[in-house]
Amino acid sequence: MNFIFQFCRILVMCCLGEILANVLPFPIPASVYGLVLLLAALKTGLYKLEEVRAAGKFLIAIMPMLFIPAAVGVMELWDDLGTMLIPCIVATGPITILVMGLTGLITQNVQRRIGKKGVKDGVPH
Amino acid sequence: MEFLTEFLGSLSTWGVLLSIGAYGLGMYLQRRSRQQWLNPLLLSSILIIVLLSALRVPYPNFKSSAAPVSYLLLPATVSLAIPLYEQWELLKKNTAAILIGCCCGVVVSLGSIAAMAWILRMERVHSATLLPKSVTTAIGMDVASTLGGMAPLAAAAIILTGIAGNLLAEWVLKVFKIEEPIARGIAIGTSSHAIGTAKALEIGEVEGAMSGLAIAVAGVMTAVFAPVVATLLP
Repeated sequence: MNFIFQFCRILVMCCLGEILANVLPFPIPASVYGLVLLLAALKTGLYKLEEVRAAGKFLIAIMPMLFIPAAVGVMELWDDLGTMLIPCIVATGPITILVMGLTGLITQNVQRRIGKKGVKDGVPH
Repeated sequence: MEFLTEFLGSLSTWGVLLSIGAYGLGMYLQRRSRQQWLNPLLLSSILIIVLLSALRVPYPNFKSSAAPVSYLLLPATVSLAIPLYEQWELLKKNTAAILIGCCCGVVVSLGSIAAMAWILRMERVHSATLLPKSVTTAIGMDVASTLGGMAPLAAAAIILTGIAGNLLAEWVLKVFKIEEPIARGIAIGTSSHAIGTAKALEIGEVEGAMSGLAIAVAGVMTAVFAPVVATLLP
């Protein structure tokens, strides 16, 4: 039963997130509101870490599998995929490499410049 | 074959079973072959597409039967707050680096899609579809449809980007000499959202938490910047 209550606590934040996404005029989806709300609940002590940790870690672990139904949706898009094939390949391959590389380099440089004292590998893996 | 479609319509469990079964098979094949590029999500999606096409079962039937799987995506994304909370101190110490890094990543992503749209003379429907391809599906689909793109195709581009990021992450980090765990996580999350984050979690705890954080930060930044960049599209 403990697990289902943990799941419920997470769902409460999802629901509040959905309400906010519907009420507020910003183009921000429910998942982002929910994430911020859950973080706030943990920070303020409304939820203790152990009260959501097991269910949350389980959901995160199975996350890639949850994309299957959406990914299979490609089968309905063959017609558009023809004209989109080259742009799609460029966007998903080279541009992803570029974005990942530059983001990492910039973050690393700013981080090293600001905190020369450094927190490198400060947390055990 | 219509009989099969009708029969499956009367069963409610096959979509979930097929999803989990195909994913399990994908994981087994990846482990057995020791080939990282045999991504379980990619393998299982292809397998299901082939199976549904061969048996002429329409996608909507599968989609409604597999709805409980998609349903968990929202609580799973929200749960990314948990690793974030566990790494809070690290996050606080590096706020500036994280925000600047995410912001630059989002600008590079949007900018390079816009540049590609100009070079390939793409129609607006198509360029707007690809614009949010680096952020999480929920945000990206919203952004794409708001800007006049096609939401289902946006979802496909987003998922392919995620798989590409997942497969290429270790190689990109090595080539670009990105060694700081925080920078690694931010790089993966900003470029390839939740599917990339799965890889970041494998690399390390800090990497995983930062990648999860980057999903949220880059997602919000994309939602804000994309409409501006969209005015520059051909």
